[in-house]
Amino acid sequence: MTATVDKAESVLGQPMRRKEDARLITGQTQWTDNVTLPGMVHMAVLRSPMAHARITRVDVTAARERPGVVAAYTGTDLADSWSSLPMAWTVSEDLKTPPHMPLASDKVRYVGDGVAVVIATDPYAAADALEAIEADYEPLPAVVDMPAALADGAPLVHDDIPNNRCFTFRQDWGDFNATRARADVVLKRRFYNQRLIPNAMEPRSVVVAPTSATGQATIWSATQVPHFVRIFLALNTGVPEHQIRVIAPDVGGGFGSKLDIYAEEVIAFVVARKLGKPVKWTETRSENYQATIHGRDVIQEVELTATADGRVLGLKVDLTADMGGYLQLLTPSIPLLGRYMYPGIYKFEAHTLTCQGVFTNKTPTDAYRGAGRPEATFVIERIIDELAAELSMDPIEVRRRNWIRHEEFPYTTVVGLTYDSGNYEAATARALELFRYDELRREQAERRDRGDTVQLGLGTSTYTEMCGLAPSRWLGETGYAAGGWESATVRMLATGRVEVVTGTSPHGQGHETTFAQIAANSLGVPYDDVDVIHGDTLTAPIGLDTYGSRSLAVGGVAVQMAAQKVVEKARALASHLMEVDPGDLEFQAGAFRVKGTPGAEKSIQEIAFGAFAAHSLPDGMQPVLTADHIVDPEVFSYPHGTHLCAVEVDTETGLTKIRSYVAVDDVGKVVNPMIVDGQVHGGVAQGIAQALFEEAVYDDDGNLISGTMVDYLVPTALDLPAFVTDRTETPATTNPLGVKGVGEAGTIASTPAVVNAVVDAVRPFGISDVQMPCTPERVWRAIQQGRAAGGPAPKGTIAYGGPQTATTAGGAE
Amino acid sequence: MIPAAFDYVRAHSVDDAVSALAEHGDEAKVLAGGQSLLPLMRLRLAAPAVVVDVGRLADLRGVREDGDTLVIGALTTHHEVLTNHLVRQHARLLAEVTATVADPAVRHRGTFGGSLAHADPAGDLPAAALALGASLVAQGPAGRRTIPAREFFVDYLQTALSPDEVLVEVRVPKLDAGWGFHYEKLHRVAQAWAIVGVAAAVRRDNGSIAEARIGLTNMGTTPLRAEAVEQALAGLDTSDEEALAQAADRAADGTSPPSDLSGQSDYRQHLARVLTRRAVRKAAGLA
Repeated sequence: MTATVDKAESVLGQPMRRKEDARLITGQTQWTDNVTLPGMVHMAVLRSPMAHARITRVDVTAARERPGVVAAYTGTDLADSWSSLPMAWTVSEDLKTPPHMPLASDKVRYVGDGVAVVIATDPYAAADALEAIEADYEPLPAVVDMPAALADGAPLVHDDIPNNRCFTFRQDWGDFNATRARADVVLKRRFYNQRLIPNAMEPRSVVVAPTSATGQATIWSATQVPHFVRIFLALNTGVPEHQIRVIAPDVGGGFGSKLDIYAEEVIAFVVARKLGKPVKWTETRSENYQATIHGRDVIQEVELTATADGRVLGLKVDLTADMGGYLQLLTPSIPLLGRYMYPGIYKFEAHTLTCQGVFTNKTPTDAYRGAGRPEATFVIERIIDELAAELSMDPIEVRRRNWIRHEEFPYTTVVGLTYDSGNYEAATARALELFRYDELRREQAERRDRGDTVQLGLGTSTYTEMCGLAPSRWLGETGYAAGGWESATVRMLATGRVEVVTGTSPHGQGHETTFAQIAANSLGVPYDDVDVIHGDTLTAPIGLDTYGSRSLAVGGVAVQMAAQKVVEKARALASHLMEVDPGDLEFQAGAFRVKGTPGAEKSIQEIAFGAFAAHSLPDGMQPVLTADHIVDPEVFSYPHGTHLCAVEVDTETGLTKIRSYVAVDDVGKVVNPMIVDGQVHGGVAQGIAQALFEEAVYDDDGNLISGTMVDYLVPTALDLPAFVTDRTETPATTNPLGVKGVGEAGTIASTPAVVNAVVDAVRPFGISDVQMPCTPERVWRAIQQGRAAGGPAPKGTIAYGGPQTATTAGGAE
Repeated sequence: MIPAAFDYVRAHSVDDAVSALAEHGDEAKVLAGGQSLLPLMRLRLAAPAVVVDVGRLADLRGVREDGDTLVIGALTTHHEVLTNHLVRQHARLLAEVTATVADPAVRHRGTFGGSLAHADPAGDLPAAALALGASLVAQGPAGRRTIPAREFFVDYLQTALSPDEVLVEVRVPKLDAGWGFHYEKLHRVAQAWAIVGVAAAVRRDNGSIAEARIGLTNMGTTPLRAEAVEQALAGLDTSDEEALAQAADRAADGTSPPSDLSGQSDYRQHLARVLTRRAVRKAAGLA
């Protein structure tokens, strides 16, 4: 594959090398922390060592005397400069949004809550001076466990929010109770999606230059959402929006954790303006673990009703979600982003969802790769496997009996979402073939028969998800403050080169490549001639940034539409210059040709120069070949796929090893298959990490005891198998590119596939669930329970064991 | 992740290092490969006033033979140990154990002596040194002294080194013909500490186990020798699987391993038994 393609059409769907990579892998880029400005000073944040305490005194006087210190401030010192950090999604009428000041001055509500800052001439002086701040606290009892936080008489995280209840929500589709009366099988399970730490490779970082030649304050931030940061800094501090420029330079990952407006961004902005000096703050990994949002932390009580022949009837889910100590930008919306996904790919008659959000003295939660949809998919894909086990049916067969068949699309699910397209049969058939499912089932039976120390387990996940956030009208109806459109500009320069401006803000996804492929394909110009501009509110002023697998399905479509507008304008100019009717022109491979007249042609680059020179334009046509387009999607997109996982469980040690993993995804049309593979690989790894390795664990006092990478286990390539990936391609019918979105798919799909496999391996011991992460100790203890009872463990035994967040201690009845 | 302020002394000789240590006492810490000390300093769990860098003392680096003993310089990196032909020939257990230490980046910086002097019972090398009956040579103001491994590891992160001593080399008795080795390590991810590790050296003689030495990782505040297992194994017929298993079942005798996020104490004791059986069988060539 060469980077320069003559037949421009062929660029789409090709594994073009990423334009980003050369600079990224040779260190030629600039991360926020690389920004160095004359006179720049450095900020460090004093954080609460207690989960819950009243602040009785914060005195920064001594810190101000430390060498190199320029200034030091408490929350009270700066109280007039800012307001509460934003929360943008009013998910219910009873939602309580407590104040969340950038620095706490009354109470601290989690370990890591900021109480003061030091500004010094270098980061070391700033860090050292923190030790000179005198902060006194009156400790209060911490609430860590969600059910305990909801109990009457529990300590209150926010004094005026009774029972720590943030919101409640209930929605019924169909009559669940009626299905229970008819059901042959009623299954109840309690699942826990543990708390996770997103772990972007680049920590958060912000640099603020209070002035510039244009008079704008300039903020560099390692963020997914520069446009959000601009708007909310303006709203928070009263500085006019047009006087703020936000730049997200190359950003090293986010996974949702940089989809937020953080205290440190506001503090650095306020302090830089106060001092008249550029201010830099970069978090340490330890701070990242405490003070950047966490993900998941959701308890789900699930009830499934079904017939004896394995047909599902109804699904009821009672969900309790941990908000942490405050609401960040989207905190309460995360469980609700999953609310329509509980039925998955299956034809239910009824579904009831109740949901409540709870404040605890822990780090706030917010969007983490998948954001609500992994939690929902975990429930449905786990409970379907449980139904299969209950009925002694093959889990694939149970799925076949219940899923939407390909000829039934478009299909409106019980919750009212209309899936436009899909082919679950095809993806599953391909996955089974690649996985050699039948062969593995035979081996599993053999190992069971001979009581092998190492047992084999097979897990399935036939997921779908809703992505491509989002139709603005839908967002409005659900209480979100803004819209979900996306903008693009495509402009052809005088020299024939092309600039694509996108309002999305990539942080690793490769938009510079993918969007260049789209534009090059539409315009018929060489891929190398197209550059993509993003992540700077000055050069890409209109946009809603990157999250929710939206960039291609919304932003990429905007690029396509803008490029087509450019072609249409070029066609009009070509017809004018060539003196032929526009209908007599055909556009192919970057040139307009007069039909039936060989040799009569003008390239789009020639037309672009004509538009630039503007010597001869049709009446009313404006100079320059450029076009804007803003797409507001009418519906979501629905990628799907079948993931199969085989694990080997060592029954003596409890250790689980993934033996093979097959992912067959259907993400619609593919622009760059290499990038899609990368997204699937990374997503699957992250989902496996939840299933087997990662958990943010707090002790009873609210201390994060998995506070470093020694205790919070992020797997590497050494711990993961070679993934087998393939695709089926069922184009989306709801956008002109036929694309669906892939950024979160792997994460959503893989977690239940792995846990299903682990449970399948140890089910003969009477185990019907293993709590995530499925640590060796948890699996071993479950097996021990069975052996102690002189045989298999009592049916329904859940593998617990080992230290865990108090929230998880409840267990299933 | 920014360490507290400290003074830095680069030692140009062992004497240099010793006198710097003598001057600053327990305010000072020796820096070798930095793979344990630097993270602790960055987390401010350690805040030495003075760091004495021995990293450039070339004469502390390398492996040589001294009769029936292998002498490994304290500054020899894990990577050098792993790839050294003398180690492979005469102390293969060290190579096997070292191969499981963290990742290539750590193995290129971290040193053999450093990980012994750090004395983390979760580290892999202390148990191996103990099992092999190594001796550790320390140099202080009064000259050199030799400390047997069984006396070297005193408590959690504490050794018999006094504050003014530098570990200079490790003497490992050659174990050649007739010996088999295996390190059985259970950890959740490749870069994580062992939940439990078992280092086994077994000498077979004529169908039976003549001698076994078992070192345990992360089963207490120091690395341990599983002496009850060693005694029970001596003289066992290698075909007597049941007796081997019974011997291995004594691996946790007298231990009180820690409870932490990777495993509670009783689980570690269970693992010690299982992993000892596996390590011994592999070291004896039975698996």
